[in-house]
Amino acid sequence: MEKHMRKGTPVLKIEHMNIRFTQYDRGLHQRELPVIRDLDVEVYAGEMVAIVGSSGSGKSLLAHGVMGVLPYNASMGGTITYCGEPLDKKRLDKLRGTEIVMVPQSISFLNPLMKIGPQIRKGSKDPEKKGKLRNIFKRYELKEEVEDLYPFELSGGMNRRVLISTAMIENPKLVIADEPTPGLDLKVAKRAMTHFRELADMGAGVLVITHDLKLALEVADRIVVFYAGTTIEEADCADFKQEETLRHPYTKALWRAMPEHGFQYIPGSQPYVKNLPKGCPFGPRCSQCTDECRGEVPYRRFQGGMVRCLHAAETEVSE
Amino acid sequence: MKRWNRRQRVLAGLILSVTFLAVVCIAGSLCTQQALTTDLSQKNIAPGAEHIFGTDWLGRDMLMRTLKGLSLSILIGILAAAVSAVIALVLGVASATLGKTVDSVITFVIDLVMGIPHMLLLILISVAMGKGLTGVIVGVALSHWPSLARLIRAEVIQLKESPYIQISERLGKSKWYIVKKHMLPHLLPQFIVGLILLFPHAILHESSITFLGFGLSTEQPAIGIVLSESMQYLAMGRWWLALFPGIFLVATVAVFYVMGQSVRKLIDPGSVHE
Amino acid sequence: MKLELRDVSYRYVKDGQKILEHFSLTVDSHERVGIKAPSGYGKTTLCKLLSGYLKPVAGEILLDGRPLSSYKGYCPVQMIWQQPEFAVNPRLRMKEVILEGDQVEQRVIEGLGIEEDWMNRFPAELSGGELQRFSIARALGRRTRFLLADEISTMLDLITQSQLWHFILEEVKRREIGLIAVSHDQELLDEVCERQVALDKIGAVGK
Repeated sequence: MEKHMRKGTPVLKIEHMNIRFTQYDRGLHQRELPVIRDLDVEVYAGEMVAIVGSSGSGKSLLAHGVMGVLPYNASMGGTITYCGEPLDKKRLDKLRGTEIVMVPQSISFLNPLMKIGPQIRKGSKDPEKKGKLRNIFKRYELKEEVEDLYPFELSGGMNRRVLISTAMIENPKLVIADEPTPGLDLKVAKRAMTHFRELADMGAGVLVITHDLKLALEVADRIVVFYAGTTIEEADCADFKQEETLRHPYTKALWRAMPEHGFQYIPGSQPYVKNLPKGCPFGPRCSQCTDECRGEVPYRRFQGGMVRCLHAAETEVSE
Repeated sequence: MKRWNRRQRVLAGLILSVTFLAVVCIAGSLCTQQALTTDLSQKNIAPGAEHIFGTDWLGRDMLMRTLKGLSLSILIGILAAAVSAVIALVLGVASATLGKTVDSVITFVIDLVMGIPHMLLLILISVAMGKGLTGVIVGVALSHWPSLARLIRAEVIQLKESPYIQISERLGKSKWYIVKKHMLPHLLPQFIVGLILLFPHAILHESSITFLGFGLSTEQPAIGIVLSESMQYLAMGRWWLALFPGIFLVATVAVFYVMGQSVRKLIDPGSVHE
Repeated sequence: MKLELRDVSYRYVKDGQKILEHFSLTVDSHERVGIKAPSGYGKTTLCKLLSGYLKPVAGEILLDGRPLSSYKGYCPVQMIWQQPEFAVNPRLRMKEVILEGDQVEQRVIEGLGIEEDWMNRFPAELSGGELQRFSIARALGRRTRFLLADEISTMLDLITQSQLWHFILEEVKRREIGLIAVSHDQELLDEVCERQVALDKIGAVGK
């Protein structure tokens, strides 16, 4: 597999990240809601990693957590390392928007009252930057006139490319894209994803957070599967070619549920954060669940990827 | 002890505010007699142990007069604000749900009433109603509803676009069902907050017109009357006649304001995240 | 029973932009039809026209030969919205949401995997997949004759998608409910529908 890509220190390394909300119950009692319980991911320079999870599973908070823009009632634990050193607030303030950029979910993050050009250049009149922007626009098939337009004069797809251009202008080393293809049809969504792929090919580490597994499989290098607040498997895209190379029972079930792979399903549903079972979150829906699964289940290396399942080896033998 | 969370603090503040208002009202209604009794042997006494707010030129105890005045003002304020808020709710919902003609008529009336200065309208209505208690209440009630009505109208118009209400229509639910089940529960918090925030306005305006002499008679010592009577004695150095009633009026208004904000914080669904 | 669009045109009220022009489509109540089109080509508008949320600028929409707008009360054509979060009143408990439907049968509720203790919760206490089950159940009331599914599973995980579609298929076949499914996912439409219609710009139909 593409081991050559993962040399050196990762651009971004997240270990045991957890994010909790304090919320009021009905009445006066406050309680903590663990939206992200245990999340591990590494992104190396030049690769594109996709975190895949269903909507409402809290994965968007991951991006906000890394960028330090969580809502005030959230608290975060775990460690975030950027290029080998911890990413604390001071360092983040310096790097955010230059080396570390986030491409937000919605085009409503653009300033509606500012023309596209100045908005992307952040007001700078530096001719070098202007030239660079022209090159970026050329790559994304945006005409030069777009610089003098306002966001409302562009189509949704064009605005998305503008958002990506905003990230590109700064030579980022790490790009985090939060659900970059909401409501886009397949063709447009694929094109948007390819733009991120190009960023990775130019040497940046790209972390895409998405609900669309199929789309992620087409462009990313690695897939991290997110289920009920935890990362349960990390696999190369190639592993998704057949069920046998996948590690976690949930990922296998996902694979079998694809229309092109039989459209089979297993009963039950992904639990909401308030009602998480003890231990493995997939336990209640898993045919191999044993008593040990209700305890701590470590996230471990397994067959070139990662898995959070005690029985991963056994499934391999039985297949 | 564990630190109180925000909701508990807000609730404590709310309870304190309500207690303050209740105490003022109860005390005020108990001391009607004392507030009006004159005792010329006790006149013009500066605040001291016996009369902590002092006495006036007729020897009436200023503490009693302040409490009585405030309680009267609060009652008038609550009554007027409640009537006003109900007008606002009915007209706001009607305007947004009963079609274009009704909407344009109500919007016109809203603009009209808002266009006339509050005080002018108040004085006109209360004089037309023959001054007195009813005049003041009707005046305040009829002049304060438009801003809340406009808010509710806007809210309902936005609410009508929400998918769950459109779905409810397609499921064959009647207009009345939708108003009752979907709209009113959504509007209630805003309505209550709007209502509470109307109180201070109502009280201030009621005091203003009684101060100007367009409202109540001197037998009904609302806080405006107390203040206006005190004015002429201020120049003689009897500062206490206006100071204490004035402070209490401001305090009452502030307490209502705090109450409104607290209730908003408690019933706003977004506040679960605080 | 037939649901027909005859020569229907629609444009936005605000800017007069044409969405559909002279569009015709007939769906029978034992048919399952897929609609595919790139975004911005009026798929959602088409669904809203078919289920009576919008009225066409020109042309007719007929259900069983009668104009759809002449059906008062419960609309026999029900649409399931893409985002269940907006399709339920956040202030109602789930059991009240279900009661809005037309005598939704216990079989439907169980078939969709709705658990008993979800009924007492508020929408904010359920995940997107769980909520969508309620929207589907509510749309499958007694008098429903046609079901429109507008990208109902795009935001859900693939297992939930498969679960929900298996149930919907079984139910529409059993009750001879006509199904119109909108999705960008070709494989899904292949799996679910008997025939497919592609919308071109301004609603010209290619088969």
